[in-house]
Amino acid sequence: MHAAQILVNAVVLGCLYACIAIGFSLVWGVLNVINLIHGSFIVLGAYLAYGLYNALHVSPWYSVAVAAPLFFVLGYLLQRLLLNRVITAPVLVTLTMTFGLDLILNNAMIYFFKADYRKLTLTPSLGSVSIFDVVVPVDRLIATVSALALTGLLYLLLRRSRVGRAIVAVRLDRDAAVLMGVDVKSIYAVAFGLGAALAGCAGVLMALIFPISPLTSSGYLGKAFVVCVLGGLGSVSGALAGGLLLALVEGIGSTFFGPAHATTLSFILLIVFLILRPQGLLGRKGFE
Amino acid sequence: MTKSNIALLVLLAVVASLPLFGGAYALRLGTIACMYAILALSWNVVGGFAGYPSFATAAFFGFGAYTTGVLLGKGLPLWLGVVISAVAALLITAALGAALLRLRGHYFAIASLSLVEVLRELVNNATDLTGGGMGLNIPLVSGSGVLAEAMFFFYAMWILLLLTALMVMAVAGSKLGFGLACIRQNETASSMVGLNTTLYKSIAFGLSACFVSAAGGVYAAWVHYIDPSDVFDILYSVKPIVMALMGGLGSPLGVACGAFLYLGLEEVVWRNYIQIHTGVLGLIIVLLLLFLPHGLISLRPSNLWRRVKHV
Repeated sequence: MHAAQILVNAVVLGCLYACIAIGFSLVWGVLNVINLIHGSFIVLGAYLAYGLYNALHVSPWYSVAVAAPLFFVLGYLLQRLLLNRVITAPVLVTLTMTFGLDLILNNAMIYFFKADYRKLTLTPSLGSVSIFDVVVPVDRLIATVSALALTGLLYLLLRRSRVGRAIVAVRLDRDAAVLMGVDVKSIYAVAFGLGAALAGCAGVLMALIFPISPLTSSGYLGKAFVVCVLGGLGSVSGALAGGLLLALVEGIGSTFFGPAHATTLSFILLIVFLILRPQGLLGRKGFE
Repeated sequence: MTKSNIALLVLLAVVASLPLFGGAYALRLGTIACMYAILALSWNVVGGFAGYPSFATAAFFGFGAYTTGVLLGKGLPLWLGVVISAVAALLITAALGAALLRLRGHYFAIASLSLVEVLRELVNNATDLTGGGMGLNIPLVSGSGVLAEAMFFFYAMWILLLLTALMVMAVAGSKLGFGLACIRQNETASSMVGLNTTLYKSIAFGLSACFVSAAGGVYAAWVHYIDPSDVFDILYSVKPIVMALMGGLGSPLGVACGAFLYLGLEEVVWRNYIQIHTGVLGLIIVLLLLFLPHGLISLRPSNLWRRVKHV
């Protein structure tokens, strides 16, 4: 039963990790940019949920619908106005650029919201369900299901819609996409906007479970790194596989070595994966 | 010896004369200036010469700080602790580089970034040796008064900077530097013509670590107290990159000037806008990348003149 609880925890956490990482993975895969603002977007989303709940009693499931368009516009503008200007520059430049933007956003959040840890507490609390000896809090369960739903929506968008096919086309072969008449600059902006929207929604869901503070952004970013590398870049299924694997490793690792070592373990796993299998679990070789 | 190398040495000599003009505050700034220049020049070996986006500087810095700190706690003299940190960093990093430097572009950046996280977590959890999150107190090296001590650490840092500058010049002028430039331009082609790219990159990575680690050691002895979130701060990885971009990627003189200029900016911002200083740093980064991507070195009078003529 102990093992079953670890497994259930890992699945719940894994879906949340996938949700954290999927926007990051999309941006990395399509734009070839490591988006270091991702962690701060997640925290900003969490603050949005916190503010809406405490000020207007909007429950977080509705906040997702508010966060998505807001963050999409924010991301779209950021890409259009700033990042598109340096998108063809080497890795160092784009990476440092997003780091600079992250410093600005994070500092602004510390300035306006203070660095105190806050928690969105639902009243009345939703309690938890237990099947046999396995206990799962209901808010976590809802967050997990929502995370899965978001991931599914992105999958459908990429598969079925015209703009989604264009995003995939740019990812597969930028030059060919240009020749087919795809406006690459605007596809970049849409992809970055989608990444930001997913980060914002993930943040809303995280607000249900984890404490909120600008200082937590680097933690989310680190998880996104690991999940992307484990699962493989730019694919929805890859992010899910990576999230589940990471959660499982962390769960088992912290049972055996203690929770203090979970992060160390996940980053060592990241480096090992980078060296031995840089295309990730579900990535295809020679297809970046 | 090229003109810009001579200019760099003259610049360092000017920095060395700083104690003649200032008090304790100037010495503190001077020590930090030397430290930043060491970080930036070292990063330049792997980031500027070889073109690998390394974010591991903070890992080397923290490694050196903790190695020296622990050794000083065991009663070793400072110089021995610093030398051991530098040599250990050189060897470990060169070995690690052989594995990590197979990765390119984003993957290398992420791996080097994770190196910082791994080391920080390890130090955080090895409470017996390092004091964990409570930090490490480091015994005073000399009891000879505040100003004398400030002077001592300034010159210790300055000598390290001089060594770093000489190392960077030696690399730039040697076969190693030529090989690294080839790797930056086209790695596949350079390995095709028989360059042992893995060896070259590993040496470069090791060299970029060794003086940073030594500087970390001197820093630890200087401030007497270190903790993981301070010395493994990811900003130590990013600041050298900003300095190098500011001054001009790949040129030692430009990078050193960038480091000094950056420190000046940081000091002004820190003094006046303490609450938003990281935000201002972010703004500087963004503006720099948008409007001056090749650094100050690209602002040579001749270039400006040419631009004017074209207009």
